[in-house]
Amino acid sequence: MEQKHKIWKSFMRRPECLTLTALFGLLLFNLFFTKGFFTIQIRDGHFYGSLIDIIKRGAPLMITVMGLTMVIATGGTDISVGSIAAITGVFTASLIGGDFAFEAGAVSGSRVPLGMAIAAGLLAAAMIGLWNGFLVAKIGIPPLIATLMMQVAGRGIAELIASGKILTIYYKPFYYIGSGWLLGLPVSIFLVLALGMLVWLLLRKTAYGMYLTAIGLNKTASAFSGIKTGMVVWSAFVFSALMAGIAGIVTSSEIRAADPVNLGLYLELDAILACNLGGNSMKGGRCNLAGSIIGAVLVQTLTTTIYSKGVPSETILVYKALVVILVGLIQVTDWSLALKRRGCRSEAA
Amino acid sequence: MDKKGNVLVEMKDICKQYPGVTALSNVSFTLREGEIHSLCGENGAGKSTLIKILTGYEHKDSGRIFLKGKEIAAETTLEAQRVGISTVYQEVNLCPNLSVAENIFIGRQPTDRFGQISWNRMRRGAVKAMARLNMELDVEAHLEEYSVAVQQMVAIARAVDMEASVLVLDEPTSSLDANEVANLFEVIRRLQRQGMGIIFISHFFEQVFQLSDTITVLRNGHKIGTYDIQEIDRRSLVEKMLGRELAAFTETAEEKQCKKEDKTSVYFRMEGVGKKGMIPPLDVTVEKGTIVGLAGLLGSGRTETARLLFGVDKADSGTFYLGTKKTRNASPQDAIRHGMAFCPENRKTEGLVLEMTVRDNIILALQGKKGMFHLISKRRQRELADEYINKLRIATPGSSQLVGNLSGGNQQKVLLARWLATNPDLFILDEPTRGIDVGAKAEILNLVLKLAKDGKSVMFISSEISEVIRCSDKVYIYKDRHIVGELEGEQVTEERILNCIAESAESSEGQKAGKEKIDGAKT
Repeated sequence: MEQKHKIWKSFMRRPECLTLTALFGLLLFNLFFTKGFFTIQIRDGHFYGSLIDIIKRGAPLMITVMGLTMVIATGGTDISVGSIAAITGVFTASLIGGDFAFEAGAVSGSRVPLGMAIAAGLLAAAMIGLWNGFLVAKIGIPPLIATLMMQVAGRGIAELIASGKILTIYYKPFYYIGSGWLLGLPVSIFLVLALGMLVWLLLRKTAYGMYLTAIGLNKTASAFSGIKTGMVVWSAFVFSALMAGIAGIVTSSEIRAADPVNLGLYLELDAILACNLGGNSMKGGRCNLAGSIIGAVLVQTLTTTIYSKGVPSETILVYKALVVILVGLIQVTDWSLALKRRGCRSEAA
Repeated sequence: MDKKGNVLVEMKDICKQYPGVTALSNVSFTLREGEIHSLCGENGAGKSTLIKILTGYEHKDSGRIFLKGKEIAAETTLEAQRVGISTVYQEVNLCPNLSVAENIFIGRQPTDRFGQISWNRMRRGAVKAMARLNMELDVEAHLEEYSVAVQQMVAIARAVDMEASVLVLDEPTSSLDANEVANLFEVIRRLQRQGMGIIFISHFFEQVFQLSDTITVLRNGHKIGTYDIQEIDRRSLVEKMLGRELAAFTETAEEKQCKKEDKTSVYFRMEGVGKKGMIPPLDVTVEKGTIVGLAGLLGSGRTETARLLFGVDKADSGTFYLGTKKTRNASPQDAIRHGMAFCPENRKTEGLVLEMTVRDNIILALQGKKGMFHLISKRRQRELADEYINKLRIATPGSSQLVGNLSGGNQQKVLLARWLATNPDLFILDEPTRGIDVGAKAEILNLVLKLAKDGKSVMFISSEISEVIRCSDKVYIYKDRHIVGELEGEQVTEERILNCIAESAESSEGQKAGKEKIDGAKT
């Protein structure tokens, strides 16, 4: 009994506990107020339902968050992930050859072998990550500013690659990543699991996670302890860009097109939100992968819930904002302490 | 006792519990008008907690506080200030990016009749406040442009200027040089004559005895007693603070003798190493198994030497030699590869990661050395941490305690443990005993001596000359960013060091005025 109590207590103290509670609350809401939210049907040997949909739709966000968590752990931020997703998606689509395929008729092959097109897209993403990391770690530009440049410029680059058009993809095998099925479940779920596992191994089975948090908490002390802080920060930006790139490919595969303007639009905001909901402080020093992913699921569930309630799309952001403020409030406040002190804060603190 | 002034502050049966520790248990404390009352005790004895409760920074669990007979319960520091208790905390807590004047008047800016800030009055007030401490400086310059010592004086000026009836000074002198301390004491005495009650906390016994009328001793959260300055001497004070016999700590003489044999082989050498705008080229040699002391005033170039040696600052002239071979030494990684370890002057901001556990802090450098792909297993981490917690007698509830919750002395030990774990050949210790109680100080000094006995080299930097003398085989003496003397073996005496500094001071009397400003440029 005692032991059980302890485990429960330590769970309650974990930052992702609140996020998980909020997620359950939202699901509970849906259980009562959204008809058929939890029904899962089997059609043609595939599972269908809102829950499956949430995970499928949320896959790009979950993937993005895996990389962003590392950057945020160092006390930085990366607001260019949306643009990176767009560039990667558009670049990959252009290599597969939207135009070419269209002229040749609806069924056609890929201009470049599929694997190579994807690899090239990810390479482009990594290069952008290198650039971001270079600006932050070597030049010393604040992360927000450095990645803001790429956020703005990145959209332009994506439009240049696509010559301002939406690239439609007709090459069927490419669809498999974002909308294929494996064992009755969407392929993207397995992709999320695999990538999540890889990142988890990187954070837990190497000292990378420790370096990231140490740098986030005290960069000078970390450097004095012999950690190559510059390289670690730099690599975090590369990871973040890579993950955003994968997210871009998954998205364009799902919607079978790459739109330089709308692909990954506001992805950075959802991703930063998810990381924060997952208990990763923007001040750095926290590297909670599970929390971020749960946060991403929460954000996606919220979006899906609002859609399924038939809220006019113009007001969706308002509802989202309300929920976010609520969760944020709960999270920043240590309620027991707040009640005791009644808002008295020592000025020196 | 009645000959003294009226009771100003009375704290009765104060209790305070932190998770896992009793910080204060039934402590009572009385301060009278015109009294300088010292609080003495080891780190973690509860001095700072008592002060923080008085000034509203922390909240007591039980007990009552009276100010001039009226009960007060300051919930915030602002409230405490309003009733007349002003404080200079141990860590300077000012805003480095604001001007000196703004810092002095923050929270009580003088306004004109339209309710706008009157910058003129603020400026004049700031100049006046600094002048009271016999200091003249540009009050419109940002605080960060000045050295820590000056910042400390600004914090004191701010507290004094609030015309409180109680002034609390928590380690106000730890970063001041002798002149500044004398200035400060003069001001404190003046305030005392005006009837102000002053609570003084310092690790420097000389200052405690020089200044105070009354001493209250705390140990492990308990009050041991309050004594008139006449009825207590140094030895009994130390014994009361430690609660054990002093003999255990007065070793060294014998240890120091048994380490003179072969120290001729050079471990590391800096030849003409310097950096423009920071420190002119200098030569420093560290031999194997010796302790090299760097003596000199604050800001005289000691820390800069350490930073160049560890590669924190890149030298732009000169060469480094590892043994007799020329070598690159442009980053901490290089230095660590050469077998160096560095405990910086500012252990909280540059040394430790306060929000990480004792265990993580201890293994950090070892993990850095091993590289990312050789993660030290959780079990090995725990073993290592426990090993050093036992070896260095680090007082912590366990290896998963956050370092920030430990007392200064124990934090310093964690920092030392971090480097001991990497088994280096040269320890660079910059002010390792600063702000640490006597017991921990002795332990750290003993550890330094033991390192040298085991064949390690140590570069030992301290503002307390007696410590440097006690440990060092060789001493470099710094003055205004130059090495002005080098003493070895028997030559190392306090008199010689002081003479050396004094002699070179005469020749550079004129520079004195501009010195503060140069100090500031460093930060």
